[in-house]
Amino acid sequence: MQVSMFHLMPYRDLPKDFEQRYHSVWVDPPWWELADADKVGQYYNWTLDELVYAARSGLDGICTNEHHQNAYGFMPNPNLMGSALAKATNGLDVAVVQMGSTLPTTNPPIRVAEEYAMLDCISGGRLVAGMPLGSPMDVNYCYGVPPMEQRERYREAHDLIVKAWTAKEMFAWNGKYWQLPMVNPWPRPIQQPHPPIWVPGSGSITTWDFAADHDYCYCFLSYFGWQMAQGVVDGYWARVQEKGKDMNPYRLGFLQLVVVSETDARAEEEYAEHVEYFYHKCLHIAPEFAFPPGHHDWESLVHMVRRGGFGGLSMNLREMGYRDFVNQGCVIAGSPETVRDQLREMAKRLRVGNLMVLLHIGSMPHELTLKNIDLFAREVLPHIRDIWDDEGWENHWWPQRLRKPQPATR
Amino acid sequence: MAESVATGPKGMFLEVWQGRLKASVKVAGEGPPLVYVHAAAGLRWDDFLGGLARHFTVYAPELPGTGDSDPHDIYQVESLWDVVLIMGDVLDALGLSGVPLVGHSFGGMLAAEMAAHWPERFSKLVLISPIGLWREDRPVTNWMAVPLQDMPRLMFRDLSSPAVQRLLAMPQDQEQLVMAQAKFVWALGCSGKFVWPIPDKGLKKRLHRVRAPTLLVWGRDDAVVPVEYAQDFASYIRGAKVEVVDGAGHVPQLEKLDQVLPRVLQFLQG
Repeated sequence: MQVSMFHLMPYRDLPKDFEQRYHSVWVDPPWWELADADKVGQYYNWTLDELVYAARSGLDGICTNEHHQNAYGFMPNPNLMGSALAKATNGLDVAVVQMGSTLPTTNPPIRVAEEYAMLDCISGGRLVAGMPLGSPMDVNYCYGVPPMEQRERYREAHDLIVKAWTAKEMFAWNGKYWQLPMVNPWPRPIQQPHPPIWVPGSGSITTWDFAADHDYCYCFLSYFGWQMAQGVVDGYWARVQEKGKDMNPYRLGFLQLVVVSETDARAEEEYAEHVEYFYHKCLHIAPEFAFPPGHHDWESLVHMVRRGGFGGLSMNLREMGYRDFVNQGCVIAGSPETVRDQLREMAKRLRVGNLMVLLHIGSMPHELTLKNIDLFAREVLPHIRDIWDDEGWENHWWPQRLRKPQPATR
Repeated sequence: MAESVATGPKGMFLEVWQGRLKASVKVAGEGPPLVYVHAAAGLRWDDFLGGLARHFTVYAPELPGTGDSDPHDIYQVESLWDVVLIMGDVLDALGLSGVPLVGHSFGGMLAAEMAAHWPERFSKLVLISPIGLWREDRPVTNWMAVPLQDMPRLMFRDLSSPAVQRLLAMPQDQEQLVMAQAKFVWALGCSGKFVWPIPDKGLKKRLHRVRAPTLLVWGRDDAVVPVEYAQDFASYIRGAKVEVVDGAGHVPQLEKLDQVLPRVLQFLQG
């Protein structure tokens, strides 16, 4: 199994009564009331330091992603972070996993092809190219794309990016949403024909099909733990089999919140408030921002209405505390033994090859984050790496140069 | 008192847009033809349409993707320009010209676009609380960003009217309820494709082309498109009359059916 540290870069110091006083953590939280640019500068630097620390501690990859207008995680351009990370980790066998530039809102989309190619060149071929559809909050509200167009724009952007990377001749692009007369990007990626592509999804059948048809790694990014994810993941694997693809576990990426301490009790002492901060404040998203009409295609919409409507979650996060989140498997927390046992079980049950762990959560301070990374890397990681070794699969969705021992690049 | 609707409309499908669309059109009533363009949430055969149908044969085309049309038809429609021309295809197929055109909200904007594009085609124009213009000082409310349960309070100043109550009534049958709710949301998504994120697509540059005698109907307490927009529309359309309805919100033709229906009929028949 390949294990990467994911970082959201949240605002770490929201007021205690944030979720009572404010409408939403995303789209409309008032910057001038809530935030301080000096603190934010510190957060960005801590975020970079924490990810580099994870890379040096032995994690296989480091992940950043793109979001806008929120206190939940605000790296409006993850490639700015990725660039610093690529440079800082040269010489290490660590993948720079961009999860990544939002395709429908990067204009023109060859900007993604160019920036990812830059990162691949700077990192010496260590890039994983995430291709997210983007959240409704980001794409529809912050960046103004009509919900009904989001998926069409995504498909066109994807096709354009892959062609821009791989075409041997310059070409003209006459698309529905973008027209470019002479496409010939400089640079092109080191990895050929292109860097591995990961597609984050939230459980829609169309995304499973897209990932399976293109042989990409499908990543289920869920904050609600592996028990809740089982249904979605089973659906994905069923789809993969229907399409006659192999059951290579590296076809699936999964995100899991993880906190480790010396003992289970100590973990609760140290991390409880930060876990609750994450679920109570960072996920305090106004439902109308999460479900604008047209965002879900017709089939998914009918399915949702039939299951009882919008809002999605059956759990009321605000009424739940640390122990609930742990018991539901939203967070895997405790001593190294506890954590490694649960992670092994989770990985086996879901058939995850590319695991992403959120090791910084909500308001977690820098020092505690380093402790979490350190304990995870030393006491957990060595015990979960070999999970798929007996089946002998190759991770085709990992940078080629990191799959086998290679001379380091600088 | 408003009388209840006598009969529902008949449905028909017309092959248009080079055969790529089967456009759904609802038809009801007797008398000379009239074209009605529905609002963002899709066509509902309400008491106002029932009232018009006692004097006119009402043709109500459905926006592709909404109502009884194939939900995926929306992907055949790429722009507002396409929508206007598809409506032209539909009217051509119905052989309608020199007819009155009535539109509400999103349908008001669309009707205004049609009347500006084909100034000779329509004998009269009635725009009920149309969207399509934008004022910095009184922005149009983004109805797609309103939680579904808050929608009635946004739309109606007067929820008590029987016509409003009949409109808000939901099917009892579980499967019909699911489909009604899904179609409601999907219609908002389909119409939103042409107005999101700001419902100003340049209509103000085209409104001067409207030559049909025009009546603007507005609820004084419209919480979606504030009543100030009535004067803006009137300033662009030569000779437009403005009827402001007290005690009504965004759907004055149902909230104050007894006032609005006679006024509209008088204008259309005058």
